[in-house]
Amino acid sequence: MSYELPSNIDFSSPESVSKALADLQAAFADEVQAAHSADAREHFRVRWFGDKAGLVNRGAGAWIKAIPSAEKREFGAKFNAVKVRLTEEFQAAGAARSSATMAASLDLTLPGTRRGVGVEHPLTRTMREMVAVFAALGYSVALGPEVETDFFNFEALNFPPNHPARDTQDTLVIADQSSRPSRERLLMRTHTSPVQIRSMIAGPPPLRLVIPGKVHRNDESDATHSPIFHQVEGLCVDRGITFSDLKGTLDHAMKAFFGSSVKTRFFPSFFPFTEPSADVQISCPFCGGAGCRKCKHSGWIELLGCGMVDPAVFAAVDARRVENGLEPAYDVSGISGFAFGMGVERIAMMKYGVGDIGQFYSGDMRFLQQFA
Amino acid sequence: MNILSKWLREYLPALDVDDRQLAEDLTLRGIAVEGVHELPDGGHLFEMDITTNRVDAMNHYGVAREAAAIYGLPLLTLEDWRVANVEAGPVPVPDDDLSVGEYSLPRGHTLSGLSDANKKVAPSQADAAGHSVRIEAEDLCGRFTARVVRSVTVEASTGLVAERFAALGQKSISNAVDATNYNWMAMGHPTHVFDLDTLQGGIVVRRAHAGEMLRLLDGSTKLLTIDDLVIADERKALGLAGIMGGWDSRVTEATKNILVEAAWFSPTAIRASSRRHGLHTDASHRYERGADLGACASANQLVTRALEVSCGGVADAAFTDVTVAAWEKKTRQRPRVTLRVRYTQEFLGTTIEIGESGNVLPEDKIEQYLEALGCHLRPSVDGARFEVNLPSWRLDLEREIDLVEEIARVYGYNRFADTLPSFSGGVTALPFAAADAKVREVLLALGYTEALGSTFAGEADSALFAQKAAVAMGNPLSAEAGVLRPSLLPGVVGMVEQNSARDVREVRLFEVGNVFSGSTETVAEEPSLALAAFGGGVKTRTIAAADALFFEVKGAVEEVLGRFVTPALLWSGADLPAWVEPGRGARVSAGGVVLAVVGELSIAEREERKLREDAVFAEVYLPALFACPLQQPSAVEPSRFQAVERDLSFLFSDAVRWADVVAAVRGLGIAEMISLEPVEIYRDAKGKSVAAGEYSLLFRMVFQSGERTLTEQELGGWQESVVGALTGIGGRHRAPEAA
Ligand SMILES: [Zn+2]
Repeated sequence: MSYELPSNIDFSSPESVSKALADLQAAFADEVQAAHSADAREHFRVRWFGDKAGLVNRGAGAWIKAIPSAEKREFGAKFNAVKVRLTEEFQAAGAARSSATMAASLDLTLPGTRRGVGVEHPLTRTMREMVAVFAALGYSVALGPEVETDFFNFEALNFPPNHPARDTQDTLVIADQSSRPSRERLLMRTHTSPVQIRSMIAGPPPLRLVIPGKVHRNDESDATHSPIFHQVEGLCVDRGITFSDLKGTLDHAMKAFFGSSVKTRFFPSFFPFTEPSADVQISCPFCGGAGCRKCKHSGWIELLGCGMVDPAVFAAVDARRVENGLEPAYDVSGISGFAFGMGVERIAMMKYGVGDIGQFYSGDMRFLQQFA
Repeated sequence: MNILSKWLREYLPALDVDDRQLAEDLTLRGIAVEGVHELPDGGHLFEMDITTNRVDAMNHYGVAREAAAIYGLPLLTLEDWRVANVEAGPVPVPDDDLSVGEYSLPRGHTLSGLSDANKKVAPSQADAAGHSVRIEAEDLCGRFTARVVRSVTVEASTGLVAERFAALGQKSISNAVDATNYNWMAMGHPTHVFDLDTLQGGIVVRRAHAGEMLRLLDGSTKLLTIDDLVIADERKALGLAGIMGGWDSRVTEATKNILVEAAWFSPTAIRASSRRHGLHTDASHRYERGADLGACASANQLVTRALEVSCGGVADAAFTDVTVAAWEKKTRQRPRVTLRVRYTQEFLGTTIEIGESGNVLPEDKIEQYLEALGCHLRPSVDGARFEVNLPSWRLDLEREIDLVEEIARVYGYNRFADTLPSFSGGVTALPFAAADAKVREVLLALGYTEALGSTFAGEADSALFAQKAAVAMGNPLSAEAGVLRPSLLPGVVGMVEQNSARDVREVRLFEVGNVFSGSTETVAEEPSLALAAFGGGVKTRTIAAADALFFEVKGAVEEVLGRFVTPALLWSGADLPAWVEPGRGARVSAGGVVLAVVGELSIAEREERKLREDAVFAEVYLPALFACPLQQPSAVEPSRFQAVERDLSFLFSDAVRWADVVAAVRGLGIAEMISLEPVEIYRDAKGKSVAAGEYSLLFRMVFQSGERTLTEQELGGWQESVVGALTGIGGRHRAPEAA
């Protein structure tokens, strides 16, 4: 206990005052280390924090009295800060060492207890976010069955029977269909596009639809392919819809989803149900286009397929409307539209860094709970 | 498919952009160059990825034509190219004038004019040597050309052909076969060479006889049907038309004389035959997507000339060319298409560049691009439209919209502006969107994590977990995915099994998805909800450890169902499904409609699946639940008067259920009793403090009035009547000092 309050401070010299404060803290630090037992701690507490005789309070009283009045306020604030720090150090030292004190105060290092929170599936979340972007543009959500007829999945979308375009969408079929007429055969929808057909048959334009859903293809599974996957598709049909409207809508949607600095570019492509058709790339939102692993160092990521609704699709819709006793409503001399679609798994894998598509369907708690 | 830039440039002598720029410009026009690889000769190898509708562009000449359209450059005719690059004199042309091009149709030369010139449209012909060619199956074959090249020496390829094959990774077979493949890569029309001396008599293109056998070039032997098309001689089939040549007539090193075939076959016939035999070749790929009927003679002449140059042969003067008029009409003489200028401009919308016609696509571009692609345009008198002749190699072009796409494509998609359409309609919500969102919200809040599972299930699992028959798949992904899932339970039980196997000790999952029932004739599809809980149940003062998980799931199901306005819920332990451990589950119904099933997985199934903890599952039938309206919250003013708690302890026989207690107490009709809850249930295994077959129940009543403070007297009276009612159902009140 060698430390005592110094009496030789030159209160007109800031250096001298600072040194006094530093000495006080250094002495405190030495002594607090040594105060192991409950007795020692109590002794320490009285010596330093005692109401009148404690070093801290005595120091405060004596020094503030001695200091020139112009500097009293500033010194007071400084001394108070030291006092708070010393108090905290004392408590921390006590929490770490003294079992007697621990019984009374909280071990703040223990983890908090809580009920586990449920986590939305990353694919549901991605679909919900994507749908929200289009909902904000005035699109309504439409859904359709996963088991479809050949007519809705292929024929009405301008995939004629025995056409090579069908090869690109290997199909899972329901048993015992071979004796049925081709257009009535049941299959697992290979894309969400049949919902476009169903919606147009059900109602006349204008239509703005966003269509999330599960689709199936008879593909081998690997790290990036699954026979079960999800799509979000959109359809906009009205008078005078143009190709530049398609471009503008998707450019806007990608900026809303990935951030306003994202750029889009369009490449000619081929889909039987749209013409002209395009693939859309966005500038990589992860590296800003500089090149990274996610964009394979190209600065661009291919994300969407789209195009202007093919007149053959409108014709198939109107033919079915007439069969159903409705007025034709999709005459291409006045009506045009565009459609677009994207793979949900691909976006989620990229966004969250998922390496194996199969994990989405594993129900593995360890995987799913990462998306909280 | 790969392209050599140097080869491509042979067709476009005026091309002055470098290879990388060329690759980028092609890609932006839909002729995608996926990779550019530098070659030792200073040129580049382009790895192409061309969409399946553009088979015409899957060769050097086809890509060159695209570049010619993009840059507005002249494209050599194939004949001019041959003269300039195959380094030999003009090949004798006995038939159509190739230099004015069946293949590369020059401007101003109309198709109808060409048809008039083509006087050789006839069902059969014989060449000078007596090799007649007859198309018997006129519905499947549109054109057949043949020419004989004599005195060839068949050996390995050398020179340019060998170098280019090496660069392109194309397998070299012999100079004769390589000539056909070289020409294939040059201009994209399949040709075939026969060993002439193996043929007997004339060639006939006919349907195969039922049961006819044919050994093919790959060594396999195929059993043919009458739907297969063959090239045959007098005796037998020589090759499977448009797919693969035959073994017996193949060209070998011993071959001295060759017959060159270049033909055109019906796309659907080749596709069906190719699928039937599982044979997908370069030739079948092209034919089934539409080859160029107009290119047959040209292709034949180019291969003939190549055989003269590389195999030292001499071609016969005679050239046989048989065309079926009906196919000629469907390919080379297709009806003209009317293209409206303003419609095209309005449909495509705003352009970035502003020209004479404002910010729409310039009219002169429309004409320029289509002409460059091989169309011929005749403007209407008022200039408002064009009458367009379509090139025979672009069978994918049929309609006005096809031409509009071509124009937009060559112009460049990214030269159109980004505009947003105005909209007049309203937004409509799906009927069950709010109910679905509420169910998810509740389950997530209760700690259930969302899972998505397979749409398919195994037959055994389906039979165990679903009451309805499952619909079978015709081509299941695997034996365990043989049927459409009739229930979500097989999926979530499988997930729990997987988690358990990975040492995950606690699982709370839910899945919302469609389930399927009915027949393969009519499949019924409806949404369902499954819950899975595994491990981690916590016992309480009223619920024993062994029962904890069941009651946790019961709570979750109650919470979900409670968000809907339903008749009173009835939890019944009768008639449980087979997967539920007897006595450890319930059907939940409301107003006679089953809304859910909850149960502990049977011990047998638990052992089968090696589950290391308790597992409780539930399925909620969403169509039945969603038929009930969602609860609409409405506020009631909370009472300002004090609530008073009263606890009572009773001994009951095990036969008395909590519901009996509730019924007895509620039967007293005490309006001020706002709550009645069990606090502790105790059984003594040793039968000391509580006798065997009995349990002690501590429960709590809360009394409150909205109008006044309750008096001790009232409370005492109510308590007394509760004791009386419970004594009436066999309970024994335990005095506080005894409790
Ligand atoms: Zn990147």
